[in-house]
Amino acid sequence: MIASLVAAAGDFTAPTVDYHALAPEIVLAVGICLVLIVDLFIEERQRWITSTLAGFVLLGALVPVVTLAVIGGDVRNALGGELLDGRYVVDEYALILKALFLIAGYVVVLMSSDEIESGKYHQGEYYVLLLSSVLGMVMMASARDLISIFVALEFLSIPAYMLAAWNKRNSKGNEAGMKYYLLGVFASAILLYGMSLLYGVTGTTLLKDIGPAITANGQFSGVEALAVVFVVVGFAFKVSAVPFHQWAPDVYEGAPTPITAFLSVASKAAGFVALTTMVFLAFPLASDVYQPFMWVLAVTSMTVGNLLALRQTNIVRMLAYSSISQGGFILMPLTVAGEKGVGESVLKAVIVYLVVYAVTNLGAFAVVIAVAKKTRSGEISSFGGLFSYAPALGVLMTVFLASLAGIPPLGGWFAKFGAFKAVLDADTNWGYSIAVIAALNTVIAAAYYVTVMREIWMKPVPDGDVTPIRTPSSIQAALVITCGATVVLGVLPDLVARFGDLADLTGAIGR
Amino acid sequence: MDVISDQNWLLSLGTFLPLAGVLVMLLIPKREELLHKQVALATALGTLGVGIYTLIQFDYGKAEQLQFYANTEWISVIKSGYTIGLDGISLPLYFLSMVITVLVMIYSWDHIPSPGNPKAFLILMLVLQTGMAGTFIAQDLILFFVFFEVVLLPMYFMIGVWGGEQRQYASLKFFLYTMFGSALMLVAFLALFYQTGRESFAIPYLIERGIEIPETTAVWIFAGMFIGFAVKVPMFPFHTWLPDAHTQAPTQGSVILAAILLKLGTYGFVRIAIPILPQAAVKWAPAIGVLAVIGIIYGSLGCLAQTDMKRLIAFSSVAHMGFVMLGISTLTATGINAALFGMVAHGLITGMLFFCAGSIKERYHTLEIKRLSGLLIQMPKLGWILGFCAMASLGLPGLAGFWGEFPAILAAYQPAPQLSEELFRVLMVIAAVGTVLAAAYLLWLYQRTAFGEPNPEFSNHGHAHAVGAAANDGHHDEIHDVTVFEWIAWTPLLIAIVVLGVYPQLMFKVMDPAVTQLVEVFNK
Repeated sequence: MIASLVAAAGDFTAPTVDYHALAPEIVLAVGICLVLIVDLFIEERQRWITSTLAGFVLLGALVPVVTLAVIGGDVRNALGGELLDGRYVVDEYALILKALFLIAGYVVVLMSSDEIESGKYHQGEYYVLLLSSVLGMVMMASARDLISIFVALEFLSIPAYMLAAWNKRNSKGNEAGMKYYLLGVFASAILLYGMSLLYGVTGTTLLKDIGPAITANGQFSGVEALAVVFVVVGFAFKVSAVPFHQWAPDVYEGAPTPITAFLSVASKAAGFVALTTMVFLAFPLASDVYQPFMWVLAVTSMTVGNLLALRQTNIVRMLAYSSISQGGFILMPLTVAGEKGVGESVLKAVIVYLVVYAVTNLGAFAVVIAVAKKTRSGEISSFGGLFSYAPALGVLMTVFLASLAGIPPLGGWFAKFGAFKAVLDADTNWGYSIAVIAALNTVIAAAYYVTVMREIWMKPVPDGDVTPIRTPSSIQAALVITCGATVVLGVLPDLVARFGDLADLTGAIGR
Repeated sequence: MDVISDQNWLLSLGTFLPLAGVLVMLLIPKREELLHKQVALATALGTLGVGIYTLIQFDYGKAEQLQFYANTEWISVIKSGYTIGLDGISLPLYFLSMVITVLVMIYSWDHIPSPGNPKAFLILMLVLQTGMAGTFIAQDLILFFVFFEVVLLPMYFMIGVWGGEQRQYASLKFFLYTMFGSALMLVAFLALFYQTGRESFAIPYLIERGIEIPETTAVWIFAGMFIGFAVKVPMFPFHTWLPDAHTQAPTQGSVILAAILLKLGTYGFVRIAIPILPQAAVKWAPAIGVLAVIGIIYGSLGCLAQTDMKRLIAFSSVAHMGFVMLGISTLTATGINAALFGMVAHGLITGMLFFCAGSIKERYHTLEIKRLSGLLIQMPKLGWILGFCAMASLGLPGLAGFWGEFPAILAAYQPAPQLSEELFRVLMVIAAVGTVLAAAYLLWLYQRTAFGEPNPEFSNHGHAHAVGAAANDGHHDEIHDVTVFEWIAWTPLLIAIVVLGVYPQLMFKVMDPAVTQLVEVFNK
């Protein structure tokens, strides 16, 4: 038997690996081991080292992303930008999203260091899991194959299940972890079933081969339709699109706030990335199936999310429902992705929305963490009079909320504008109708964002306690990064929008 | 359209300079109140300096062309550029916004409204200034929209934090109304973009191509813009936010609202809606004219029913903006010139009236007309200034207000050839009745407040008013006449009202070439 194995090994030729292209993943993988080992050898009171180390690992992984972006597409491809027969691709689309995930991860580390330190347990493990999840996301940005997408998805999800349950002595924390785990696994199962059907009908796992193979015999078969629907449903769970959203508010409320921020931004973005990749690469001919389906998902997400957000009194739950509604806006351009000639604006709209939404929402959560340190409360009313005793936090929260509401000149306005323009570009009745619904939702959403602003600026301090808030320096750094990005992206959205080059992603299939 | 691109940095400097002041102020701790006032005033003065330099450099012989024109790539994804320029239509308003900001800053020197915090108050004012100036220079619809919206939040907070009793209700109403209007406006802008070949959002480009849009479509697009701008003007029946916002806003907020913010709406009609969609403007003009005249009469009657002085002035704004819109709806050079003049005149006069109201409120802690009397005896200077402004506001010849109203009424006699002469002549008659009503409500206001004996409850020596007011009147216990800072802030406005009233040509000659070019299309 050994002899046969050796014989087989003899035929095996190692694929050429471009280490530069894989450097972000390698840095992260090494970093994960490093944090784990360092954690074993340091004293309890030196635990802060792990968080610092995790931050450096994420920044370190960002370096090759930047160098890869700088060297340009031609050199990258010559080096082997398409690894493993194009199952793992490093292109502009992948790079901007990798950068997004790494920066989001870094901001979450900054937000966590104080929070987790005060919890006094398992710091090392916390950062290891966080880094693992980020690694999964970074892989997701490059994955162009059913297998690699699934591996990346599990890689980012499994650590997240554990992180959601981090407040283990709190029943809400346990509920969060359990709910997230059970529903997440359920979603994975559906997704995997859909993928197996896809493989069954097309005979390949490579996305760009699946694309033309669907409807190869001239028409849609029932199995193909089912496969597409199952895959979309699987990701709909991940991005908490209505009606697959029920887990989100409870998980967000029970998880530690930095993890809530992480789940509502990075994990959600990873789901959207996978969905976008699938839509453009694997389903270009399946638009008849996924477009109406996603249209319904988008419309219900933005509407139901908004209506429920209006009624919330807890800021984290409000942000949770608002993120469901924002998810509907990100789905909106994808509902017309299959129309002729709009692919480019759809892709740009999705990427810009993901980036802007990520920085804005992370910023909002950072303010929530900072304020909760003083008020020990998650109620919206605890923000009363914030501006009078913590003007900086008050102004920052206003900036983030205004950006989420889509008020120029903050990032959110262009994200929304791009999404509207994409569906209008399509020039179809589906596109126009969703634009109208989204416009109404923008106004509804403004109402609950303004409610929080009114608390901050115009209401009295609830308990009369106006001692200033001492914001830890790490959270200050997180706020500077997110606020800066929110404002800059609003004024100069081209910085991100230029990364959504459609031909780059779809290659030969691009329409 | 020909453009002049000399010194194309000038407008950007004038627009964004206030933000430099904001950055400096952010770094100064909140307790350094005096320093904040100094920095804010210095920034505003610096901006005004740039504005004066712009006035000097402006080529008045080519006022119909866009000058200091700059066009760089901004958001290439949606083909929107950073396109800016100034012509005879926007120059007066651009400059007015700078002047008003400086004067309001001076007034704020010793009039920071409760609950204090000059840092935040002055920063918001500087941000407002950027938004206002930017709206007047923008020559790209998306850029215009962004600047238009930049104004929204600072004003919301100014009303909501520093406003009167019902500030929260008033600020929310202001916010939601404006948000609703701008949403429709944005939809209209997008529709324009799609209807003109998806090439550009630049206004000069759209003016060339807009005429090709089929009439039915154009009428609908115009409807979107109409609502967006009409909310801001505000035109009847979208005016209901205005009395609340004005009454509840702090004095400075009221002045800026009246002097500049309302003009963003009328300016939008003249700059965007009419030149880009002349075919739809012709269809809409009768409706605009009728609503304008309803606004005049309704606003005037509203004034007669008010018991609060500030609310009365707010309703008079509705009436005055009715004259402006009537002028615009005639689609003639005379009418639009009158409207533009009326915008500036109303800015100066109503701004001044709100300053007076603010100062009266500060001294008496009330603006209830019933309780005020004998201002001329107790504060002769303030009383005379109020009288002067009331005269200017009712359109007395020789003062600025006259040149906004009279030519607008005159223009309605002979509207653009495509419009119904009968209708506009009827409107003219009704508008003329409106001027009589204006005289009635202003003179009645003046009689009740300024004439007669001072109300004994406000006598300087007996503290009869101590019950409600003593808690918050601090050192303003004595009823005193106009202070130094008030003089400095008001004198330029008073002089401008007289100068423009005596020599209106000063502004007409700047605006006329641009306006004539604008209405050319209606004379074919």
